[in-house]
Amino acid sequence: MRGGLSKTLAVLGAAGLLAASACGNSDDGGSGGDSAASKDVTVFTWWADGGEKAGLDGMVSVFNTDCKDYKFVNSAVAGGAGSNAKQVLANDLQAGKPPSTFQAHAGAELRDYINAGQVDDVSNLYKDYGLDKAFPQNLIDNLTVDGKIYSIPANIHRANVVWANPDVLKKAGIDGTKAPATVDAWIADMDKLKAAGVKAPLAISKGFAQEMLVEAVLLADLGADKFKGLWDGKTDWAGADVTAALNKYKTLLTYTNADREAIDWPDALGYVNKGQAGYTLMGDWVAAQQLADKVPDSAYTYWPAPGTAGNFQFLADSFTLPTNGADPDGAKCWLKTVGSAEGQKAFNTKKGSIPARSDAKPEDYPKYQQTAMADWKADKIVPSCAHGAACTLGQNNDILSALSQFSGSPDVAKLQSAIGAAMKTN
Amino acid sequence: MHGRIRTWGPGALVLLPTVLLLGYFVYGLIAWTFNTSLTDRHTARKGPVNYVGFENYTNLFSEDRFLNSLKNLGVLTVAFIVGTLIFGVLWALLLEKGVPGESVFRSIYLFPMAISMIASGVVWGWLLNPSQGDDARGLNRLFSILHLNFLENPWWTAGSRWTTMMAIALPAVWQLSGYIMALFLAGFRGIPPELREAARVDGASEFKLYRHVLFPQLSPIALSALIILGHMSLKLFDLIYAITGPNQFRTEVPSIYMWNTLLRSDQAKAAAIAIVMLAVVAVLVIPYVAYTVRQESEE
Repeated sequence: MRGGLSKTLAVLGAAGLLAASACGNSDDGGSGGDSAASKDVTVFTWWADGGEKAGLDGMVSVFNTDCKDYKFVNSAVAGGAGSNAKQVLANDLQAGKPPSTFQAHAGAELRDYINAGQVDDVSNLYKDYGLDKAFPQNLIDNLTVDGKIYSIPANIHRANVVWANPDVLKKAGIDGTKAPATVDAWIADMDKLKAAGVKAPLAISKGFAQEMLVEAVLLADLGADKFKGLWDGKTDWAGADVTAALNKYKTLLTYTNADREAIDWPDALGYVNKGQAGYTLMGDWVAAQQLADKVPDSAYTYWPAPGTAGNFQFLADSFTLPTNGADPDGAKCWLKTVGSAEGQKAFNTKKGSIPARSDAKPEDYPKYQQTAMADWKADKIVPSCAHGAACTLGQNNDILSALSQFSGSPDVAKLQSAIGAAMKTN
Repeated sequence: MHGRIRTWGPGALVLLPTVLLLGYFVYGLIAWTFNTSLTDRHTARKGPVNYVGFENYTNLFSEDRFLNSLKNLGVLTVAFIVGTLIFGVLWALLLEKGVPGESVFRSIYLFPMAISMIASGVVWGWLLNPSQGDDARGLNRLFSILHLNFLENPWWTAGSRWTTMMAIALPAVWQLSGYIMALFLAGFRGIPPELREAARVDGASEFKLYRHVLFPQLSPIALSALIILGHMSLKLFDLIYAITGPNQFRTEVPSIYMWNTLLRSDQAKAAAIAIVMLAVVAVLVIPYVAYTVRQESEE
């Protein structure tokens, strides 16, 4: 009897397994035939919600009209600045199963993928789609690695922007509409703010926000050409001018909030909006955040970081053509949309960034973007390390670690040698 | 022959899946990781790799950042074990003396352990806000409301390695003291009441009773607690990551450094860090396992 029961159970169990696997098979069959699958264009991004998602949706609607033969498949992984997405993508690439195209910061951050042989050269697409004429030459120079270009930028953000609270500045007798001419003048203004009772005039947050401030000070002190040289090895990190700039950064940190290691950039922006601080330095995605938070235009002003007027420190999200992708023609059609005037307009008006093309019409964009677009045409373009235009992930990782150490125990010599060493690695 | 198989055959058959799974997924992958740590696979690039012997290890031990993470780990482990044992034993003693509503207190002390570390880490990140004075938030705010302003401190964001890592150990202590309490409470309850009665009849004071009669009985429990806490602390990742984020030099421990290294596709170095971590845990756990095995065979 006992043996009989266990046999019955075993048979039942086996039947259950069979049934389950049968279901699995029928599910697979339901997803469509091979011919339809090859027309899918899987687009990998970290734009999962907010203005970024809206921008992506705008781009997709242009893609759907321009590339009727193909079907857009969204493969977005949520997480700020792609922190989770990059892990997922690395797994897919390692396994040899790349998406049709994936998002990556344009510039040096692509070097990891280039070195690993995971992305193809798209220089010829620039010629085919006329992008070599539509994008500023300055930008193309920044994107070119050993004579080749590996991605097509969808948008441009500016990193070297200071956001200020004019009411707070007025209390200390400072004109909020004009940027101080130099970092030293900025420090002098902060002294006035301190005297007027603002304890931490410069709001700053952890990690990359500190990196952006260091970059802005270096850019102001060294000028565009030497600043660029810091990232491509032509300027010596051990130089006395770098030491002087890092000392100014050290001074600037003494004007910042004590909880800088514990907060994120929206919190720092909140300190400015609430009047607890006078300034914060952050990329121009702040403009979209202020719009979303319904902060009126009159409540804040913005200008290029002191001493960096005339320089546009850029970062860009871009799309690549992975090596051995499933359907390169579909991916190329997506890249065509990304580079096109309509695609960039549909994307950027919603995401709060500006188009990389210089032929876009400013009147299509909100107020902040109009000024940014004018600067994009007129200014010198320099890359940002914190956002992958000038540094690889590894270099960035090491620099962030050195800055967090500096934030707790400021030692300029140590910081200088640590960043110098970081830029010598891959 | 047939009879022998009958005796050990079914047992072996039952064990086989476990042995295979463990053999591949634990020991096989440890071997694979060790193998990777001996190569120069420093990028995601595919292609031939060269064996470089123990170069990755010697590089690690001459690197400021790694040595800093090891020192942080040492301080964290000491602070965490001492703190957890003090609170755990204290609560166990209080409950052991018998209080009304004991089960309620027991649950309250145990509950923190039910929360995932990544969740409690997010909240502790807010509580340990370093602002002081008028801007104080989190625990510092609580201190200033209670007029205990002298207790306000920058937590992990400034100061020496000891104060930094003690601030990080605080949430971990909060989370696991209840577990240690439960261990010791069970230990106390396991001691036959006759022993206490005999000691009292002999005129031992309450202090002497605990010092000479009860605590010596608990040494196996203390040892287990030490091992459990020790290996948890050595592997701690999520709590620190949630509180301080990645690339925070002040609080970096080897597990977080390994994660950062892997993110930049330096697989060989990440594997070397993983093997060092395994070795550190093994130093703690293997003597304990050897000790228990010997004890059991003696019995």
